[in-house]
Amino acid sequence: MSTSVATQVGFIARRSVRRTFRQPAVLVPTIAFPLFLLAVNASGLDSATNLPGFPGDSYLDFAIVVTFMQGALFAATTAGTELATDIESGFLDRLQLTPLRAVAILVGQLAGAVTVALGGAAVYLAVGLIAGVTIVTGVGGALVLLGLATLIGVAFGSIGAFFAARTGSSQAVQGLFPLLFVTFFLSSINLPRELIEIDWFRTVAGANPVSYLVEGMRSLVITGWDAAALLRGFGVAVAVSIVGFAAAASSLRTRMART
Amino acid sequence: MTAFGQVAVAVARRNLLVTFKNPALILPAAIFPLVFLLAFAGGLSNLANVPGFSFPSGYTSFQFVFVFLQSAAFGGVFTGFAVAADYESGFARRLMLAAPNRTGLIMGYVLAGVGRFAFTASIVTIAGLAAGMQVDGGVVELGGLLVLAVLVNVVATLFGVGLCMRTQSMQSVPFLQIPVFLILFLAPVYVPLDLLDGWIKAVAPYNPATAFLETGRGFISGEPDHVLVAFAAAGAMVALLGFYALRGLRKAEAGG
Repeated sequence: MSTSVATQVGFIARRSVRRTFRQPAVLVPTIAFPLFLLAVNASGLDSATNLPGFPGDSYLDFAIVVTFMQGALFAATTAGTELATDIESGFLDRLQLTPLRAVAILVGQLAGAVTVALGGAAVYLAVGLIAGVTIVTGVGGALVLLGLATLIGVAFGSIGAFFAARTGSSQAVQGLFPLLFVTFFLSSINLPRELIEIDWFRTVAGANPVSYLVEGMRSLVITGWDAAALLRGFGVAVAVSIVGFAAAASSLRTRMART
Repeated sequence: MTAFGQVAVAVARRNLLVTFKNPALILPAAIFPLVFLLAFAGGLSNLANVPGFSFPSGYTSFQFVFVFLQSAAFGGVFTGFAVAADYESGFARRLMLAAPNRTGLIMGYVLAGVGRFAFTASIVTIAGLAAGMQVDGGVVELGGLLVLAVLVNVVATLFGVGLCMRTQSMQSVPFLQIPVFLILFLAPVYVPLDLLDGWIKAVAPYNPATAFLETGRGFISGEPDHVLVAFAAAGAMVALLGFYALRGLRKAEAGG
């Protein structure tokens, strides 16, 4: 990356982070919602631990990684909404009068969302530990967990940015929230794959990249150092990031060429 | 037709046209409950094997009622998005100037919310039946389930309209969808009330969504339960949030 592009990214990133942190409407739900859903599901689904073959006897340990996935989901909608708002307000048009490159705009715009994802992951982890979550891989595992959660935030943020660049509508980006949310549920997020009774669902969960992200993080909490699970988790996160960035950059270039 | 009716019909018609002409708006509203039905009825069906779980019509019907009521609530939430979008685009201000009866605006959004729900409810019901959902309730019970769902839809729309007329911004959308989500999930979503554990077991009995769910599940299994409580709660929420929406409209008028 040349210095000029790095400087450009820095300008946009600083604006993105400042703008995100000035909006309680973005920060509060990102932190509160996943924790609340964790509390609800850990209690509401605790009877699932009575199923034969369920790993462990605490649904809280099993479900803590869901918060990281939800944090990533908020990163997607935050990144998407910010970019879409800039398109709707005409800010992107004004940026085109400057020497800023599309890639700088894209990377910079994601900075706010990724910062929120990292901060959120640290809070989820702290609250989980206070609530009684045990991470079998210890401090090292917790750090790897934070790293993977942040990478997943980048991956989902790039999807949000793609959606924004493609549609140019903040309302349409808000519609991304339920769509991503349901892909979470079509995975092994609520039950281990081997305990899913319905064949077609187990097949879908096996094909859903979210399952591998969840299982990679969950292995650090429940199983121990599982190289295969971690490799799949990091691999999927990197692949989604690359595809998301490429799609978002392409859509943004098309939009900028049109205007 | 009165000015109130004209405004209501015009707003509802425009809102539904905008929604159904834009796949990015209508598809999430349709796919969201559908995938929830698939995910819960399919992915969690093993929960029916948890000791003590008992629902005569099966786990698919058990989850269908939740998803049906959820799609009703989110039909209202998405209508709230539309109100915020109308303000951000400046259309709502022109609407306020042009409408001879502004209270009709609220009714228009409510009708639009019901229209959205009619669409998603049809899809979810077809999907449920295709997935082998067992329906043991008769016509009267199923009618009761439908009326209950429409009331839930109106409650969510009135909340969305009231909130978005105050904030007039898409940035407030999380404050609209998250409370609805939380109320829905603070109910016995995955297992019956008796099988809940921990703090949620203490909270769920006081949540109106629990009454809606239990009554809805009673309707579909042909054994209605807590009907009066559910409809009384829904009626009270319509009255309360109707007042909230009306106050939101007055604040929007005062704000110019």
